[in-house]
Amino acid sequence: MQQVYQKYYVPAQSYWPIVGAVALFLIAVGAGNFVIESTRGEAGYGGNILAVGVLLLLIMLFGWFKDQINESMSGLYSDQLSQSYRQGMSWFIFSEVMFFGAFFGALFYARTIALPWLGGASNNAMTNEVLWPGFQAMWPLVETPGGVTTTAMSWAGLPTINTIILLVSSVTLHFAHVGLEQNKRKQLTAMLGVTIVLGCIFLFLQVEEYMHAYRDLGLTLQSGIYGNTFFLLTGFHGMHVTLGTIILTVLFLRVLKGHFTPDSHFAFQAGSWYWHFVDVVWVMLFVFVYVL
Amino acid sequence: MSKATEIISPEHGAADPHDTHDGHHDHHAPSGIMRWVLTTNHKDIGTLYLWFAFIMFLVGGAMAMVIRAELFQPGLQIVEPNFFNQMTTVHGLIMVFGAVMPAFTGLANWLVPMMIGAPDMALPRMNNWSFWILPFAFTILLASLFVEGGGPAFGWTFYAPLSTTYSGDSTALFVFSVHIMGISSIMGAINVIVTIVNMRAPGMTWMKMPLFVWTWLITAFLLIAVMPVLAGAVTMVLTDKFFGTSFFDAAGGGDPVMFQHIFWFFGHPEVYIMILPAFGIISQIVPTFARKPLFGYASMVYATASIALLSFIVWAHHMFTTGMPVAAEMFFMFATMLISVPTGVKVFNWVATMWRGSMTFEVPMLFALAFIVLFTIGGLSGLMLAITPVDFQYHDTYFVVAHFHYVLVTGAIFSIMAAVYYWIPKWTGRMFDVTLAKWHFWCSLISVNVLFFPMHFVGLAGMPRRIPDYALQFADFNKWISLGGFAFGLSQLIFLVVMIKACRKQGEPVSDRVWEGAEGLEWEIPSPAPYHTFETPPVVK
Repeated sequence: MQQVYQKYYVPAQSYWPIVGAVALFLIAVGAGNFVIESTRGEAGYGGNILAVGVLLLLIMLFGWFKDQINESMSGLYSDQLSQSYRQGMSWFIFSEVMFFGAFFGALFYARTIALPWLGGASNNAMTNEVLWPGFQAMWPLVETPGGVTTTAMSWAGLPTINTIILLVSSVTLHFAHVGLEQNKRKQLTAMLGVTIVLGCIFLFLQVEEYMHAYRDLGLTLQSGIYGNTFFLLTGFHGMHVTLGTIILTVLFLRVLKGHFTPDSHFAFQAGSWYWHFVDVVWVMLFVFVYVL
Repeated sequence: MSKATEIISPEHGAADPHDTHDGHHDHHAPSGIMRWVLTTNHKDIGTLYLWFAFIMFLVGGAMAMVIRAELFQPGLQIVEPNFFNQMTTVHGLIMVFGAVMPAFTGLANWLVPMMIGAPDMALPRMNNWSFWILPFAFTILLASLFVEGGGPAFGWTFYAPLSTTYSGDSTALFVFSVHIMGISSIMGAINVIVTIVNMRAPGMTWMKMPLFVWTWLITAFLLIAVMPVLAGAVTMVLTDKFFGTSFFDAAGGGDPVMFQHIFWFFGHPEVYIMILPAFGIISQIVPTFARKPLFGYASMVYATASIALLSFIVWAHHMFTTGMPVAAEMFFMFATMLISVPTGVKVFNWVATMWRGSMTFEVPMLFALAFIVLFTIGGLSGLMLAITPVDFQYHDTYFVVAHFHYVLVTGAIFSIMAAVYYWIPKWTGRMFDVTLAKWHFWCSLISVNVLFFPMHFVGLAGMPRRIPDYALQFADFNKWISLGGFAFGLSQLIFLVVMIKACRKQGEPVSDRVWEGAEGLEWEIPSPAPYHTFETPPVVK
């Protein structure tokens, strides 16, 4: 709680929230119809509506952030408001943690409960005997109870390289932050640039790994619970890295324009929190999806 | 966009470089519909949430009328079984996500800033975004009823494989509408939590906060923790149904029971999201009309926090008959029964607050008293359901339906009505039509018990839930249940009339304090509350 009370700052009205609501509406309608149409094999407008929605969302984000930046640069914001932003961002990251938690939960449940039971563990001998005769519980699950086979993704090679890349990117981003706080703009620019490049390399290698999985290993989204958890966890993580890279790129452009001071750089801090969060998720992924 | 609205405090105002901005901020707000579309004012957004919730309550209620009309007599009378299933499903989804949750969020918007001495919510533009997502989300959900093959018909719990293997194409629309509802809830909750942590007036220390604020703080935490898990659950349903994954299919190494674990990990805290703010409301109203301070304030705070923490380790009591090791059944049984301790603390404290108080029975107090009695009935039937071996008998019967309607209708909904009657004179500056409001209360109270109490009996006798037809021996009770249902539905039209009259500012002007025994910051300011409540931070002693 602040002891010295500053002026209350109440932001003015804005068109962007309603634009954002319409964008999410179009995305939801478009995605829903797109999925339905592609299942039925019909032509339709779902994909177009989805594309318009995504475009509108991007326009909204651009415009909203632009207004925020202008207001912030003209010194309108109080300490209390920037404190609200910090707390809001922390809670947003917490909600993201819980989102990944749902998929990690599915992974742990499948590995420690569902598969052993299908293999006859505990009091489920008859489940195995009658429903899935001959099924052996194992992880990675390279042969499903239904008989679909696949190959496991090794942790050596690309995944290890990617782990190193992301860990290094966390360090470089930290040094960029230190550079910002000590007003060493060159260090800030260079380190932030390196972080973005590392993010891009990570994404490129991730695409390579997916192609390797589909082409060489026969590991697909349809390969049973191993492939399901593998692709959803790494896929959602990849989406977050993509978003994080975009955030860092925006920050980079703002740094080039001379934004941020050693005392006032909430946007930079929020972006770096997000990036560190994405890294921590990857470390969890590497341990539980690839290695163990 | 260019003009920022500011409120200047006395200490800094004169020297502040920005106070050239207009101090009177009401007159450049757009009028007409754009006022509501663009508003960033917590009171306007609160009003929008409350009216949206009320409209959804009537829509969901209309679906309940279809259900009760079909069940009036045994045999298939009025609707197709598939349509009946769509009605039970969408009724549940609308009441949970469209009525109860937005109503509480609306109350939080109206009241939290006034109660803690803040000028507005912490993030007002995001507040607007959170609200306006909701009408779109429910448009999608309702539109899905018209998709070829029908709307969602798998129950609001959308258990796999009902929602994966056996569902219609509209499942995709259901999934995406739940996604954007979740985004709305998470943003709304972040806003509430940041407002409470960061925007309290000087002197408003944690243990001076009104209980409504405390309960909402904890509710917001629960929302941020579990709505993303719901998003994960619907995503897995989507990929299982449309993209060939097998999270919930044993043939691919998944497990349909896993769906229930993930769903109820969200679902049980969700239940408390719908009741904790109700506890806060009752804790505000009872002291006012008993003219005594709340008994055991600190224990109320700790009890709320305990209930919230316990809510994360009890989810599988919804799944006792699904198939779990005995050790797990025992754990979830005892953890669930533990919740009755903090809940008992609350009921005890409300009763102790009234003990030897100078009681009067205005409309908000009537609803609060009905809440205490009827919610406790729902709590006790919950305790019965918590006992694993007994639950084997009750599971999926009308006993469960009776239980959760007692906690949600006579619990959550009654508390919302109590809250609206309690605070609406402050919002409009006028007293509502007390005579009609009393009619609303007594009609609701009698009909709701005719509606839900006999469900205990048919449930214990074995009538399963979610069926359009039933065995002949349940016919008499079901006739009464349906009649009670129709009467309860009609009673809410009285509420609609009272609300329309109140919003048109008909009625006697009220004093600032409105109720003789009311305490708290919101009663210190003029009635109706000014558009921006606190121009300067109030001093809290």
